[in-house]
Amino acid sequence: MSLEQFKDRNVGTQNYVKLDLDHSPTTGWCQFKQVVKRTFKPELFVGLWVTFREMINALFRGKMHTTQYPFEKLPISPRYRAIHDMLRLMESGNYRCIGCGLCEKICISDCISMETKYDENQRKEVSEYTINFGRCIFCGYCAEVCPELAIVHGGRYETASEQRASFSLFEDMLTPIDQLNLQQEYAGFGAISPNADENIKSTPLAY
Amino acid sequence: MVSTLFLTATALPEVGPAGVIIKAVLILAVIAAIAGFGTYIERKILAFMQRRLGPQHVGPFGLLQLAADGIKLFTKEDIIPQHANKFIFAIAPVITAATAFIALAAVPVFPDFTIPFIDVFVPSIAADINVGILFVLGMMAAGLYGPLLAGMAQGNKWGIIGSARTAIQFLSYEVVTGLSILAPIMMVGSLSFVNFNDYQTDGLWLVAYQPVAFVLFLIAGFAETNRTPFDLLEHEAEVISGYVTEYSGMRWGLFFIGEYANMITIGVIASVVFLGGYNDFWIFPGWLMIIGKIAFSFFFMLWVRAAWPHVRPDQLMWLCWKVLMPLAVVNVVITGLVIML
Repeated sequence: MSLEQFKDRNVGTQNYVKLDLDHSPTTGWCQFKQVVKRTFKPELFVGLWVTFREMINALFRGKMHTTQYPFEKLPISPRYRAIHDMLRLMESGNYRCIGCGLCEKICISDCISMETKYDENQRKEVSEYTINFGRCIFCGYCAEVCPELAIVHGGRYETASEQRASFSLFEDMLTPIDQLNLQQEYAGFGAISPNADENIKSTPLAY
Repeated sequence: MVSTLFLTATALPEVGPAGVIIKAVLILAVIAAIAGFGTYIERKILAFMQRRLGPQHVGPFGLLQLAADGIKLFTKEDIIPQHANKFIFAIAPVITAATAFIALAAVPVFPDFTIPFIDVFVPSIAADINVGILFVLGMMAAGLYGPLLAGMAQGNKWGIIGSARTAIQFLSYEVVTGLSILAPIMMVGSLSFVNFNDYQTDGLWLVAYQPVAFVLFLIAGFAETNRTPFDLLEHEAEVISGYVTEYSGMRWGLFFIGEYANMITIGVIASVVFLGGYNDFWIFPGWLMIIGKIAFSFFFMLWVRAAWPHVRPDQLMWLCWKVLMPLAVVNVVITGLVIML
């Protein structure tokens, strides 16, 4: 089919398919037949059955749809850009951050500030690192530019807090050393959700 | 009224005037509590049918939600709009609630029983008046004055529309209610609920003889209690809240309690008149049977609300006057012919 056919907006010249709708009754007898048909069609009872079936499904077959949000949370897509995480090296537990300062440099809302110094091995280390989440627009450039995958976006999307300092210091975002084995490797930009298979639904065309 | 009470019990000590008052207070308290609890049941059942959880945080399984709602209703500010007719505005919710409870005076809920240890005979009904059905239907019809007056008194256009809809609903279903219940009355030959119950003690339930009347009565009952599919008076999507738009706090709560008490009354009437009343059935005692029937009819009203859309006012009038009323008349005529032959 060529493009011209889609651009033709002249109503009436295309091949429209008319729905086979019932015509409204004209005579009294037709009206009576319509009333009888509508009265004794079991559609109303189909409706009753559907709601009852859903109640049984919800109560006894574990198909309750509610997620009790503050108590249980759905897995979030790894593409989501929430509060940052600072990752450690899996083997040694050292910081991945090498203090290169690229994230500070690229940050377009100028909210990352860091201070670095040389440690005893003459390696750069971060001494101060804060992100001002009052300014951060969660654009993701810092995570994209980081050469060591040290700063990534985590899944903490509940950003209401009593004080800003609660999650803007380096140590707060850093993976705790005792939870190193729980550290999730960053799946990278464009990764699919862990529950992606469950989220697949058939399109309306399929049924 | 009291003399008929005394006639029912001869051998055992009789229930005196004090006993009647105690019984009335008990009925009032229990039905008011159940009517309140009905809101919890309705929210739960509707939630389950939509695969939700419903109220569940106040108390175990949300059972104390009723108390939370009650505290909220009682402590809410009682607002009377500036241009409202204050007296009628204040009295209208009381009409709805009071008539709903007065109607319950003449319906039997439990079979006759004797209180153990003190051997006091308690008849099944608070006031076994000989025009029981007329009294109950009349009281429930009078209850419609609540919405009618409330809507007109509050000086709100949504309220006016609600009142207008009350009027047409009232004019539509009342004929069907009366005509549909006329056929069973002709068969039993009495207007007393107790006679209806006794009529079905040995034979089949009346619904077996009068299925059409039963269906018509159920449809009219839905209209009488403002339940979906006939909840025209306060349908949010169309008329905000209709006649209760300006009401808040406990005045609104009275409308609610009245509606739920009416639902119970309709359930009792349907059970006693059509579904065998409080007669024993197989191994089940009568009191269990009637509780089960009332509970099912209550559940059925919630079930219908979850499943069916509601109709337009003109569709309700069309249904009642052009379909249900002719059917009811034909039913009455056929019943009369069968009785004569």
